[in-house]
Amino acid sequence: MTRRFWVFIEQNKGVMHPVGAELLGVARRLANEISDELADSGEQAVVEGILVGCEVDHIAQEAIQYGAERVYVVDDPGFEHYLNRPYTEALTHLVKKYQPEVFLIGATTLGRDLAGAVATSVKTGLTADCTKLEMGPVRKAQGKYLLATRPAFGGNVIATIVCKDYQPQMATVRPRVFEIPERDEGAAGEVIQEDFQITSDMLAANLVEFIADKNAQFNLEYADVIVSGGKGLGNPQGFELIKELADELGGVVGSSRAAVDGGWIDYEHQVGQTGKHVRPKLYIAAGISGAIQHKVGMQDSDYILAINTDPNAPIFEVADLGVVGDLYQVIPEMLQQLRDQKGAQS
Amino acid sequence: MVHLLVSVKQVPDTTNIRIDPETGSLIRKGVPAILNPYDAHAVAAAATWKRKLGGKLTVITMGPAAAEEALQECVEMGADRAVLISDRKFAGSDTLATSYVLGEAIRKIHQEDPLDVIFFGKQAIDGDTAQVGPGAAVRLDMPLVTYVVEIQEINKEQGYALFVRKTESGREVIRTSLPAVITAEKSIAEIPYASLPDLITSLRYQPEFWTAHEPLAYDQAQIGLKGSPTWVAQSGTPEAHEPAETISVEEFGVQASVDRALKDMLADKSVASLWKEIK
Repeated sequence: MTRRFWVFIEQNKGVMHPVGAELLGVARRLANEISDELADSGEQAVVEGILVGCEVDHIAQEAIQYGAERVYVVDDPGFEHYLNRPYTEALTHLVKKYQPEVFLIGATTLGRDLAGAVATSVKTGLTADCTKLEMGPVRKAQGKYLLATRPAFGGNVIATIVCKDYQPQMATVRPRVFEIPERDEGAAGEVIQEDFQITSDMLAANLVEFIADKNAQFNLEYADVIVSGGKGLGNPQGFELIKELADELGGVVGSSRAAVDGGWIDYEHQVGQTGKHVRPKLYIAAGISGAIQHKVGMQDSDYILAINTDPNAPIFEVADLGVVGDLYQVIPEMLQQLRDQKGAQS
Repeated sequence: MVHLLVSVKQVPDTTNIRIDPETGSLIRKGVPAILNPYDAHAVAAAATWKRKLGGKLTVITMGPAAAEEALQECVEMGADRAVLISDRKFAGSDTLATSYVLGEAIRKIHQEDPLDVIFFGKQAIDGDTAQVGPGAAVRLDMPLVTYVVEIQEINKEQGYALFVRKTESGREVIRTSLPAVITAEKSIAEIPYASLPDLITSLRYQPEFWTAHEPLAYDQAQIGLKGSPTWVAQSGTPEAHEPAETISVEEFGVQASVDRALKDMLADKSVASLWKEIK
């Protein structure tokens, strides 16, 4: 028997979303975690990609380079734009046909829209926004199952969820929670074209217009430098100073949920459990106390500098270094010193 | 005349949750229960469109008896009918079981008094799964539009609606046949102050009380723990970290503090390579 570890390969207009590569890395590790069981049973574990779109063969190859041994492709002009129903029907068809053991989907806007519908359609369990995934034992059961760990209650609780009696065991994972595995340009794999017809009843909801967001280039999740502001800014104008520092460091502006809830800045900037999960090389948190739900989203950053007037602010618990002081004193001084350093070298 | 329905949830106000430092467990006592914020915006949008087009607004919730308060709030905002689906047999329901319970309830309401648009908040702030709305759409076999930021048109006569949804790359205008299921972002509508007549109505209003047997006989194998594929194997609080070294501006002055902080920051391997590129 083949034990299939599936990853949905999200793409938009012929470009693969990096979360697919991140999940292929996870799926590979999960498949390895059951190798002891395989030795006994003579079964094999495979990592497979599921790709839906229009003219997406090059993405199938990309998925193979990131670790898929096989990619099932549903390629049809009707799949050029994402629509919930046709995609749900296509995935449901594939799940019933191949019966994967595990199915991972990126928790993007598209992935969340899709995963909930597919899980209901095939009547299985789905765990959202997992931050840790492993194959392990479950009480009173033989063998290993997907242990899906996720934060809940605003990050105050960390729960491990299992789905023992139903398959596939489905989970969504937000972009950047896991690292992109190394790409092997020489990797070989199998691409299987699947025949699936869209019928008119699947198009009851259809796209009539798309208005591109001029800020769509703004990519908080994959930024190398993020400077975030919170309620400690005191007012929405404070984000101008945050922006100045972000610009100086070639980074982008992030924020806490409190600042977004207060209407100081758009939700797109929110870092945290209900915002974006980030792992930049440098994260500067200014005037952010460090609610758990914020820390969950940024603690994977390589280097964290926190600036806060309160020496007991929880943000210091995840920081590499803290400056206890007024950000309106500290940031202008930082700007000055950074500019001096640039001037001295160029 | 339209018939709109909003499915809401009462949730603990997660921004007010605290952890007992001694036991590390969640302190639920004293945490206020609120109407899930996304649901509140969905109710506000539905109430606005009901007034605009004429018709009826029904709200439903699945939860403990205390969830009646959340429904009361919906009536304040203009709901005409409220249904509380409550039974101990539902306890432990995960998103699959919940979508079954709500889906069947909505189906029954729809059969007796046909619905046009069914609203969910995009997610509930306690579980943050965003799975129940899409699940209910599948149960009801109705088209689904998630992350709706704007309702452009609801045209009952011609049987369609136009919804604007937000994605990472922009805004999509989706035309869907009716009835349809949508999930709402907060920007779908501002929450209004309750009008005096609605406020008075809500004080007197008693929601209908549905159980696992009446008026719908739910399949016991599909509800509660038994009907839930997922269950919590383990739960705890996030691991605590040691606080970082801090530099006090008060003690060292701003210039020296920043100088030290930048030295430390730029000495970090990945920041150093980045800084080289920036310069």
